[in-house]
Amino acid sequence: MKADVEPRPVVAGDAALAPGEVLLSVEHVSLSFGGIRALRDVSFDIRKGEIRAIIGPNGAGKTSMLNVINGFYHPQDGIITFKGRRRHNMRPYLAASQGIARTFQNVALFKGMSTLDNIMTGRTLKMRRGILAHMLHWGPAQREEIRHREAVEHIIDFLEIAHIRKVPVGKLPYGLQKRVELGRALAMEPELLLLDEPMAGMNLEEKQDMSRFILTVKDTFDTTIALIEHDMGVVMDLSDRVVVLDYGRKIADGTPAAVQGDQAVIDAYLGVAH
Amino acid sequence: MQLAGQVLEVLLGGLLSGVLYSLVALGFVLIFKASGVFNFAQGAMVLLAGLAMVRCLDFLSHHELPTWVAVLLALMFAAGIMALTAWLVQRFVLGPLVNQDGLTLFMATIGATFVLEGASQMIFGSDVYPLRLFPTDAWIVGENLFPGGILINKLDVWGGLIAGVLVAGLAIFFQNTKTGRALRAVADDHAAAQSVGIPISWIWFVVWLVAGLVALVAATVWGTKLGVQFSITFLALKALPVLIIGGFTSVPGAIVGGLMVGAGEKLAEIYLGPHIGGGIEYWFAYVLALLVLLVRPQGLFGERIIERI
Repeated sequence: MKADVEPRPVVAGDAALAPGEVLLSVEHVSLSFGGIRALRDVSFDIRKGEIRAIIGPNGAGKTSMLNVINGFYHPQDGIITFKGRRRHNMRPYLAASQGIARTFQNVALFKGMSTLDNIMTGRTLKMRRGILAHMLHWGPAQREEIRHREAVEHIIDFLEIAHIRKVPVGKLPYGLQKRVELGRALAMEPELLLLDEPMAGMNLEEKQDMSRFILTVKDTFDTTIALIEHDMGVVMDLSDRVVVLDYGRKIADGTPAAVQGDQAVIDAYLGVAH
Repeated sequence: MQLAGQVLEVLLGGLLSGVLYSLVALGFVLIFKASGVFNFAQGAMVLLAGLAMVRCLDFLSHHELPTWVAVLLALMFAAGIMALTAWLVQRFVLGPLVNQDGLTLFMATIGATFVLEGASQMIFGSDVYPLRLFPTDAWIVGENLFPGGILINKLDVWGGLIAGVLVAGLAIFFQNTKTGRALRAVADDHAAAQSVGIPISWIWFVVWLVAGLVALVAATVWGTKLGVQFSITFLALKALPVLIIGGFTSVPGAIVGGLMVGAGEKLAEIYLGPHIGGGIEYWFAYVLALLVLLVRPQGLFGERIIERI
């Protein structure tokens, strides 16, 4: 373990986790909607500093899992522990304030707002000055706005989207929208970043760009990433560990190579001869 | 010269009364911008704010208080009532409907309208209550320019000033503050807003509070003009064409739409009335709105929504 890891600013009372320690653990989580059982007794963990892929055929419960972690869904059973603390009654904005950011499968951006404003919303939780101070746009409030603006410009440069800063995102092509959405999540400086099919609908070049961004985020921003992806090539290249879901159950968990050779996984993807 | 004076007088009068329509339309725009909901209850909120204000003033008039203290207290009381309303609406009507379709939320506000109308009259009474906050007499200006001069209603001028200040404040609020940005974010996408840590319930409370305060301002001006009474809720119907013309999402649009409706209906009444029959004032705004819908469905200042297919 490296001793010179820079301590991250974390919520008061939390000790910074060293790489490799469990950041989030999911134990025996079950979730159902009426008669549909989206998740059945799923357990796995996400360790600090890794890229963790969640894969599985359509309808396997991948996005449901992400929604549970992020507080949109509330599982009927199971325990979720984040940064060593057991969670109860999670809400999305609470998850955000604890350091969990996410992107959505079908890009969820603020379409009427510019790229810059979209990414600025990611700083909402970090801005402290009141409404009145901001309206006067003076003194501490102005300094705060400038400071956050700098952080956002940094992210914009990193994602190579400087040329579309002022464009309303509704007018952008799909690949760029995905990038803006990543930028908004990064602006939150999350400890855990959840990416729901970050490369869906992209061409090869866009996929390569996105892969590069994800790897850089992991290395330089010191962010732990959980991602759902269908492109197996991408999953095998990017991820450190893979968990495989099928019909709401976990059927495999391990390194990409191990999972790829797993008979249950091959059956789930290709079907079994009866 | 006589004609020029008359046209100017009608135009000015129309523009200034148009500002008063804008005041009501602003409340709609605010809620629509920030939550994507067409708030049917805005008219009822104007009634509630006006009743709370005027009844509190009546109550205070039995005590020996300087006028400005009484007015200030009444304003604070009414603002408190609007805050309470905002909280109740968010807690019991909209809160349970987060992530629902815009139409569902719209239906919910129709329900809220009936409750607000009933409750406000049950609590504060259902008579016509006169309100005297602003001078209602008129100025005669430009007598040396036009024969007879131009008549300007002082109340309308007050309304214009107040609307101007309100719009400037709201524009800054929406563009420059993080809360304003959060409001726009919530309007665009509930789920995404939640995921970046914006608490929707708080934002909706803020929106309804601001809309409630705008309703209060509208109530003070309209209450002085018409007296505070149930028919004030029908202002909402007059605000609808204003919104269609200006665009549902634009604060400046609400102002320009109001001006167009105000000036247009007065000019039409005076100059078209004798030829095609009177009473144009009552339907002119709706016809104008219909024409705008044909040419520019998003309104003059509204955002064009491009749907990806």
